[in-house]
Amino acid sequence: MSIQYKTINELSQMLKSRDISNKELIQETFNLIDANLHLNAFITLNKDASLLKAEELDKNLSLQPLSGIPIAQKDLFCTKDLRTTCGSNMLSNFIPPYSATVIENLENAGCVSVGKTNMDEFAMGSSNETSFYGNVQNPWGDKLVPGGSSGGSAAAVAAGIVPAASGTDTGGSIRQPASLCGISGLKPTYGRISRWGMIAFASSLDQAGPMARTAEDCALLLNQMCSHDLKDTTSLDETIPDFTENLDKPIKGLKIGLVKEFDLSQLDKEVVKVFEESKKQYETLGAEFIEISLPNISLSVPTYYVVAPAECSSNLSRFDGVKFGKRCDDPKDLEELYIKTRSEGFGDEVKRRILIGSYVLSAGFYDAYYKKAQQVRRLIKNDFDDAFKKVDVIMSPTTRGAAFEEGSKGDDPIQMYLEDLFTIPANLAGLPALSIPNGMVDGKPIGLQLIGNFLEENKLLRAAHNFQLSTDWHKKTPKRDIQS
Amino acid sequence: MSWETVIGLEIHVQLSTDSKLFSGGSTSFGAEPNTHVDLIDLGLPGVLPVANRGAFYKAIRFGLATNAEINLTSTFDRKNYFYPDLPKGYQITQMALPVIGKGSIKIEVDGEEKVINITRAHLEEDAGKSIHDLFEGETGVDLNRAGTPLLEIVSEPEISNAKEAVAYFKAIRQIVTFLDICDGNMAQGSMRCDVNVSLKKTGDDKLGTRAEIKNINSFKFIEKAINYEIGRQARILESGESVVQETRLYDSVKNETRSMRSKEEANDYRYFPCPDLLPVVISDDELNEIKNNLPELPNEKEKRYIEESNLDISEAKIIASSKTMANMFEEACAKTDDSKLIANWLVGDISALLNKDNIDLEESKLTSNNFAVLIERISDKTISGKIAKSVLEEIWESGGSVDEIIESKGLVQIQDESLIEEIALKIINGNPSQVEAYKDGKDKLFGFFVGQVMKETQGKANPQSVNEILKKLLS
Repeated sequence: MSIQYKTINELSQMLKSRDISNKELIQETFNLIDANLHLNAFITLNKDASLLKAEELDKNLSLQPLSGIPIAQKDLFCTKDLRTTCGSNMLSNFIPPYSATVIENLENAGCVSVGKTNMDEFAMGSSNETSFYGNVQNPWGDKLVPGGSSGGSAAAVAAGIVPAASGTDTGGSIRQPASLCGISGLKPTYGRISRWGMIAFASSLDQAGPMARTAEDCALLLNQMCSHDLKDTTSLDETIPDFTENLDKPIKGLKIGLVKEFDLSQLDKEVVKVFEESKKQYETLGAEFIEISLPNISLSVPTYYVVAPAECSSNLSRFDGVKFGKRCDDPKDLEELYIKTRSEGFGDEVKRRILIGSYVLSAGFYDAYYKKAQQVRRLIKNDFDDAFKKVDVIMSPTTRGAAFEEGSKGDDPIQMYLEDLFTIPANLAGLPALSIPNGMVDGKPIGLQLIGNFLEENKLLRAAHNFQLSTDWHKKTPKRDIQS
Repeated sequence: MSWETVIGLEIHVQLSTDSKLFSGGSTSFGAEPNTHVDLIDLGLPGVLPVANRGAFYKAIRFGLATNAEINLTSTFDRKNYFYPDLPKGYQITQMALPVIGKGSIKIEVDGEEKVINITRAHLEEDAGKSIHDLFEGETGVDLNRAGTPLLEIVSEPEISNAKEAVAYFKAIRQIVTFLDICDGNMAQGSMRCDVNVSLKKTGDDKLGTRAEIKNINSFKFIEKAINYEIGRQARILESGESVVQETRLYDSVKNETRSMRSKEEANDYRYFPCPDLLPVVISDDELNEIKNNLPELPNEKEKRYIEESNLDISEAKIIASSKTMANMFEEACAKTDDSKLIANWLVGDISALLNKDNIDLEESKLTSNNFAVLIERISDKTISGKIAKSVLEEIWESGGSVDEIIESKGLVQIQDESLIEEIALKIINGNPSQVEAYKDGKDKLFGFFVGQVMKETQGKANPQSVNEILKKLLS
């Protein structure tokens, strides 16, 4: 029986009814990984330990909620005794002595971590082209990027290899690849999921989240990923609801905000058409649309590209060749150890952001850049606060278009940075946001973004689940829909 | 031309918490290199700091004792620079909003009191240690110290000379040891300071260009480094040139300061708020708890010693000035109810020994417990004061316990002739008829007197001395 493209719920049913054993499921998952090596979705596999865990689960019946479910973990989460590279040459030999809280939470819930997925180096990129371990191919077409930075996770789910993957989202790194690969992905409220063991890119923006075939599966995963973690002081001490509760409940009367300042006329006509159809679909479901204004939203991208590089320039200072990770050969002195190690260990995009970050934090520029950016960030947050007095969720396209070809953004980083136009605001404001597939453009999937108010993941997931109950976009798969 | 010296001190006080400022790693001194290092101290990818509230409590004690502003909400910033013993490539410190604001402390130099204002005191993590001399051509890194909580106490530039600087450092040391927030051990680096020195024309308002002398860890070196630096800067200014703003190191072997890096070479630390740590908020309840449990300070002890223990002002001052001596006094008082005797020993013999060796009490081999036992043995007349002096000297030289020394040296026996004489006289005066009979020729009665003295001393008196003394007294 094929397990490809199955959802978590479907696989759980198969395991419960003994249609498949835990070991067969994991073995079959590795067969799918082998059959899809050309996607380059994984950096490191965890085959022996996974099969061992599956055998254990076969021996001892487990009542854990995600028992036996294969999951792909973004290679940004530290995994005890399993190499963790963060997509970088710098950590090509790094085997962590501990696991991230989110990894422990998922594994304690019964998940089997089958491998570590490819990603943009240190999560800096929107196309997975900055990985030291090579590009990831989007399952929807040759030479198409899967988006980034959680490109490997998105591709593994989109190709039906695993029903679930972990991702992280600093400026759109879950939602943008979810959109480009035709899957569902959620970035929770900042602080919902512990950052302990997540290799930091921009600490005040980074947030882990689930990537899966459906919003319902995202809810199942989110239930296990969240925890109040005393090891992370920014982790929220808030009640964690059952995110699967009331997903089916109709959304009649749901107030959906449309952002006046998002100028859709600049987008591809096909993209706009898909978006308009989704609006109609929501109207059919009983939702009403209200225009809202986020006056400072146009400052999101520049604000992000000050704050994120600033934090990254400091967070990445620990990679100096002294204690762990890569060290250059035969440095003649300390200065050369630093320079050679970091020159060889980091790729161009990472270097670019470290330089930008160091610049905006330097004496004499701090007030004009970093401090100003934090002030603008506050304004953007206030704009959202005002908007959520009027609406339940805010809707927009997730991306400006469908998956693009490798190398097509050329050498202009600004073009790539603009990829995250719609996704960045939620990170700056710390709000939950998700992306679900809502149509096809030129035979490639595209996603719809819903942004929610602080801690209101439930509302988002219910709106998304209702959409998926009434549409089939999330059921499309590359094989069935391209090759047939 | 005459010059005025302007000095400011930045004192780094290692707080005596059990665990580090942002991790559960142990802070104890002297362990094997890199054994007191956990994931956080090592700065592994993905780890996050969690602020140790105990360090805040200790910092607040200092604030209360120096009448300082206490910031119940304070924040952490990152100070970015590369160094092998700085595992994360940045130090977490309090730049923008320190836990302790403006305060002040009194110092005394040559009998004159002066108030030195304190600008601020902030918490920060210590770095590890780079070891350059152990491995040929390589540098070793020991991260045991990395993450140890430091309170950096910054003074206003109100110190006028080396003597005042030393007095200020001593006053800070006295307060932090009395508050039990630092062990004050300078040899182990528990207190270190950076000294800013500049000269200006007498009467000028404008401060001159300063040099910062880094990382001095003894009173003697503070004084010498400052005096050297004053001389160096005066020579430069006298010759019409100007002082360069720079960081200098004091070389105690050559007794000179030398340039480490100029202002141009200085790091741009790129400070910014640490995004991993929320502001730390101390509640009013926590503050009250700290206030109510604030350890007794020297001036309070002094007052109590005068009022409750009947000490003279001068005795009380000397004993209360040192945490160790005050502890010794109080421990001995708890065992032996004779505060005057105890004070006499501390202010007399023990202070004399300290002066002779030029050390602090905590550097000596005498423990509080030993001292209390010594006093007890004097008080219960096991030993006389004279013998007690020799026991003290023995302990001073080689340590050991009072009772063992008395035992092993046979000091239990009363060899003190004056004591024996005192007892013999008592016996003689108590038995006039026997004395008369003895003097009338009843020689056998000599044995009676010997027996009575031995009985009185529980057999501890030296028989030979007893014989000689009795013979002398009865002749």
